Amino acid sequence: MTQKTILNDTHRAHGAKMVDFGGWDMPIHYGSQIDEHHLVRQDAGMFDVSHMTVVDLTGPHVRAFLRKLVANSVDKLKAPGKALYTAMLNEQGGVIDDLIVYFMSEEFFRLVVNAATRDKDLAWITEQAKAFGVAVRERPEFGMVAVQGPAAREKVIGLLRAEDRERIGKLGRFAAGEATTTDGIPVFVARTGYTGEDGFEVIVPEAQTVAFWNALHAAGVRPAGLGARDTLRLEAGMNLYGQDMDETVSPYEAALAWTVALDDQADGKPRDFIGRAALESQKAGGAPRQMIGLVMDEKGVLRHGQKVLTANGEGEILSGTFSPTLGKAIAFARVPAGEPGDVRVDIRGREVPVRVVKFPFVREGKAQPGV
Amino acid sequence: MSEIPGDLKFLKSHEWARREGDGKVTVGISDHAQGLLGDLVYVELPNVGDRVEAGNACAVVESVKAASDVYTPVTGKVVEVNTALSDKPETINEDAYGDGWIFVIEAEEPDQLNELLSPDDYAELLEDDDH
Repeated sequence: MTQKTILNDTHRAHGAKMVDFGGWDMPIHYGSQIDEHHLVRQDAGMFDVSHMTVVDLTGPHVRAFLRKLVANSVDKLKAPGKALYTAMLNEQGGVIDDLIVYFMSEEFFRLVVNAATRDKDLAWITEQAKAFGVAVRERPEFGMVAVQGPAAREKVIGLLRAEDRERIGKLGRFAAGEATTTDGIPVFVARTGYTGEDGFEVIVPEAQTVAFWNALHAAGVRPAGLGARDTLRLEAGMNLYGQDMDETVSPYEAALAWTVALDDQADGKPRDFIGRAALESQKAGGAPRQMIGLVMDEKGVLRHGQKVLTANGEGEILSGTFSPTLGKAIAFARVPAGEPGDVRVDIRGREVPVRVVKFPFVREGKAQPGV
Repeated sequence: MSEIPGDLKFLKSHEWARREGDGKVTVGISDHAQGLLGDLVYVELPNVGDRVEAGNACAVVESVKAASDVYTPVTGKVVEVNTALSDKPETINEDAYGDGWIFVIEAEEPDQLNELLSPDDYAELLEDDDH
């Protein structure tokens, strides 16, 4: 059965075109995906991300549990409110999901995981948590709104009661805090996002999510759909689970090495997170595949599944799209390890040359050097 | 939805065709189709001089979201293509039945057009799809 967020009727009233996304009936755009993309790059837009799964972990051994569960090191989270992006791996080093961990208090951490992977994530986390006596509780009673763009923070802060504004305004990147709006809505405000722009992701009680959305709309923030979210995140060089990585792919093969911490515990022994042994052997021998960024200067669009030809053999396009900011196609591709040489993509039987570039493709609204 | 001009004929796959009176047939995609695709960013046009057969794919329209083949409703030779679409593919979003035309065929059997859907039949098809 298709699930609906609490904002479903609101999207329809805004004229959204709705599509199925991982079992959820979600807005892909409200008229023009490209206009919504530019709006977020230049001003501010809001996305309904209430389909994402909030999971609260509580108990005296939560931090120890997370040291085991995820590949990044939760010991980087020193002050309450700080957040960490990480992958959760299986024993083979494959990515079960990518997620954000919020440090609420020493006995309370909050996870936000993907909607499409909800069932398997909850099963895996619950199973692993047993040995640590950690309580795993999904929080479906929350809605979530991502407000993104250069003007986004100011718009959200304007809705908060006076005594919360300065504190929330001072939140650093990847930090979060609780606040209350002038209408009395309790919100959890995180300076995170999936667009490459500054902004907040705001967790709101479901019953008040529509009111919060409408208050943002009244403050001049326009809605943006999943279509714009996808082009924004790819320009920003961010992975999409299920497309850019899955359980058969290690973080090293998905350009996520920066999220892997092969650190030691307090006792000097290597931190024993799930998948570490597989990652260490892959690191020692070299990962067989790599994820690279591509730009196509010819007209056309790079798309998921297209064949990629390199000096070391064939690969394929993972996420591919038309970049509204660059006006040309960009993509992630997984290809054999090594210097790829002249790379071509098979588009309907024609081999089109593409350039290998570093990503992010776009940062703070501008094309990056070499892109 | 914009009104469907009465002189058009349609394929179920959402192409429109207009008889121009001299055996030539202009082809595009419907307003409904552009709405489904969303913002168009690329159009792959056929070559002038190509011979195409009714029901064959001979152009591609690509939006941010998807690539979609455009089928010719009649057999014949491509005599003109809308090169303005190369730089402004969004013209199809803005004016699917006018400036967003894609190619013109010199039809070998213009009567093939009679087998296509009338505007009313096409509108009915869209309504059935909605339910």
